[in-house]
Amino acid sequence: MNNKNSGGSEAEDLAKAEMVRLLSIVGRDRSADAFEAIFRFYAPRIRSFMAAKTKDRQAAEELMQETMTAVWNKAGQFDPARGNVSAWIYTIARNVRIDAYRRKRPEFDMNDPAFVADDVAPADQEFQQIQEAQLLRGAMATLPEEQLDVLRRAFFDEASHSTIARDLGVPLGTVKSRIRLAFEKLRSSLEGRL
Amino acid sequence: MNVKHHLSDEFLIEYAAGSLSEGWSLAVASHLALCPECRQRLHAMEGAAGALLDKADESANEDEAWARFKARAADIKVEEVKLEAPKATKQTVVLPEPLRSYVGGDLADLKWRALGRGAYQILIETKDKNTQVRLLRIPAGKPVPEHTHEGRELTLVLAGSFHDGEELFARGDIEEADGDLLHTPKATEGEDCICLAVTEAPLKFSSWIVRLVQPILKI
Ligand SMILES: [Zn+2]
Repeated sequence: MNNKNSGGSEAEDLAKAEMVRLLSIVGRDRSADAFEAIFRFYAPRIRSFMAAKTKDRQAAEELMQETMTAVWNKAGQFDPARGNVSAWIYTIARNVRIDAYRRKRPEFDMNDPAFVADDVAPADQEFQQIQEAQLLRGAMATLPEEQLDVLRRAFFDEASHSTIARDLGVPLGTVKSRIRLAFEKLRSSLEGRL
Repeated sequence: MNVKHHLSDEFLIEYAAGSLSEGWSLAVASHLALCPECRQRLHAMEGAAGALLDKADESANEDEAWARFKARAADIKVEEVKLEAPKATKQTVVLPEPLRSYVGGDLADLKWRALGRGAYQILIETKDKNTQVRLLRIPAGKPVPEHTHEGRELTLVLAGSFHDGEELFARGDIEEADGDLLHTPKATEGEDCICLAVTEAPLKFSSWIVRLVQPILKI
């Protein structure tokens, strides 16, 4: 049993649990009051996520508003058992950005008869998901800045490995190994969850 | 079914970030449909992105933005989303989504185009100008001459299997190749091998399976 959550503060975990609660209320009651707290937390973050790519304040503001509108609309689809509001909102922001650039990102369909389901029992999965968000945050806090920087460039700037290597002036292999080390760390922290 | 050959972090992170173009994403998403393990990895990556989002704070007064949102939200009608129950018909479907929609049906509905030497292909249209996407059917037991690639290539096995050296690639397995790799794949005896092959666009016939029949096409 390893409950060490090095780096991720308890206050942060509480704030996250509160986000899960608020989002469920929005999904159920369409409560604007509950949504306001979510908005005030995520709006500046999504704006800066959008600005990383648009480099334009106005466009970033518009994409942020679109994202928060989608979050408001889809709140009822968020599964509280999944526990990770930030990851869920990230995927919505990412998809808004993909649409804005008129790109396509084909996705699998969990209801497709050819879909191969996970063999983990749903009950275990729920339990895992709740811990997972917490463990991920803790593990992220222990990553060296050079690894976080590469991840930020990949997720926020949408930079390819070779673009990152060029921008940082390091060999491609260095970028690949930083990413590999980062995900090895995240994966092992998740595997240690039980 | 146990998938043995998975996506690299590089493809998966670009897919998670939404920066991977449509052609590659089609192969990645089709592998994900068949591979719980890579879905778990994708999930962890999206979790990492969420944690980065938390840290991307730029303190700002959100009063104005919130007022704009409320004005906007007043006009929004939230549609009820009915969660789809899994389709009851559990007949054997070979091609997973999103691939099946791209080709307009499952194996039985496909209109293969003969390439000669018993091989067939179907070109799959995408809006992605940087990749070539095709479904290929390669005759059982057919050897492929040694070759290297130019540019990245993804090959996802959907039916049958092929050997590449000591490695066996069966349904769900994905082979990633780049310019440095020299390999000698061979479709396994007994069953035709059906693969989704994505290659860099300008190099028309860089897929190993297509190279097999390239001499006949004289391109
Ligand atoms: Zn996999």
